[in-house]
Amino acid sequence: MYAFDLVKPKSLAEAIEALQADEAQPLSGGQTLIPTLKQRLAMPGSLVSLAGIAELVGISASGGVLSVKGASTHGMVAGQTDFPGLAALAQKIGDPAVRHRGTMGGSIANNDPAACYPSAALACGATIVVAGKGGAREIAADDFFQGLFATALEEGEIVTEIRYPIPQASNYQKFEQPASRFPLVGVFVAKFADKVGVAVTGAGENGVFRWKEAEAALASNFSADAVEGLSVSADGLMGDIHATPEYRAHLIKVMTRRAVAACA
Amino acid sequence: MPTISMTVNGKSVSGEAEGRTLLVSFLRETLGMTGTHVGCDTSQCGACVVHVDGNSVKSCTMFAAEAEGAQVTTIEGMANPDGSLGVIQQAFQDNHGLQCGFCTPGMVMTAADLLKTNPNPSEKEVREYLEGNLCRCTGYHNIVKSILAAAATLRGEQVAAE
Repeated sequence: MYAFDLVKPKSLAEAIEALQADEAQPLSGGQTLIPTLKQRLAMPGSLVSLAGIAELVGISASGGVLSVKGASTHGMVAGQTDFPGLAALAQKIGDPAVRHRGTMGGSIANNDPAACYPSAALACGATIVVAGKGGAREIAADDFFQGLFATALEEGEIVTEIRYPIPQASNYQKFEQPASRFPLVGVFVAKFADKVGVAVTGAGENGVFRWKEAEAALASNFSADAVEGLSVSADGLMGDIHATPEYRAHLIKVMTRRAVAACA
Repeated sequence: MPTISMTVNGKSVSGEAEGRTLLVSFLRETLGMTGTHVGCDTSQCGACVVHVDGNSVKSCTMFAAEAEGAQVTTIEGMANPDGSLGVIQQAFQDNHGLQCGFCTPGMVMTAADLLKTNPNPSEKEVREYLEGNLCRCTGYHNIVKSILAAAATLRGEQVAAE
């Protein structure tokens, strides 16, 4: 690891101030960032630790919306009972020790193309709240995730909160790559009174995406059979030694069917 | 280098640490507590698991300065005050839960974390909780057996104490 200063602000305002420094980078749970630093794939001048900031931790539900503060850990998300589909997703991230450190804000901000949370955020139409020097902004999930490791976050901004409209029923199905345990394909299905959200992670060349044909089909007939007649194109899907684009396309449909069946 | 302080196994300790100093390096190299192992250094194998404020973490994937002021428990803290093996450690010995022993500190710390929240886990729950701990000798069978045996002993002790 290259040398850097570790800054430990006490408040969000102090953190934003510290992030204005040259080559400063936020550090949340560090479960992705620290391995990246060890490989010398990043060389920050300073790391601004968000883990100790009390106002960035907490989960609450009100008015049908689950609010997760950015530095809340996967373990905390797994422990909440207001949005069971999201709790089940969090419970399958990494392993217990990783879940005690890794945070939702860190995962959302990193936007790894095989991260789990972005699929839930997209399928639910979540709102991502970010804060920076210019104040706070609210960004729709559809606008937030912009490509591989790319988001609407500006330099010096951090994810402070994610607000999920809580679905009537939801389920996440993950087909794991057996070594990394990241999803080869993960599908989150969220059923609301007036719409259905279906979002796919692990498969897209540009990261997480919504499967809008399935959303439309499921909105008029919420059953696994509704997806049967649809086909997923392999165009724009990732191919690697673990799976071809065609295999990922096949898995998207299978995982969606399983998720819908599990919602019932 | 800044000096940081924390409580390790109930004892206040302090030492110098750079920003990039990992918690496991601080424990092993600064404090000389080499019970916590570095296996993979990529947060996959779990040999470095310790508890920070009661939660299991991979100490190779956390900076020492982030544990400033925290209560840290390592494998050295799992023994009884007289130095004899603690319940989970003894169960590993009794059930042949280790061969080379390299992964054992992490296995014991993860087991302790599990049994704290789930005193009566099923075999499946034990196996799931060990997802982040790799052992290349045992095939896990005797590790799971050890943890189930430790759970039974701990439950028995709790009943007896009441």
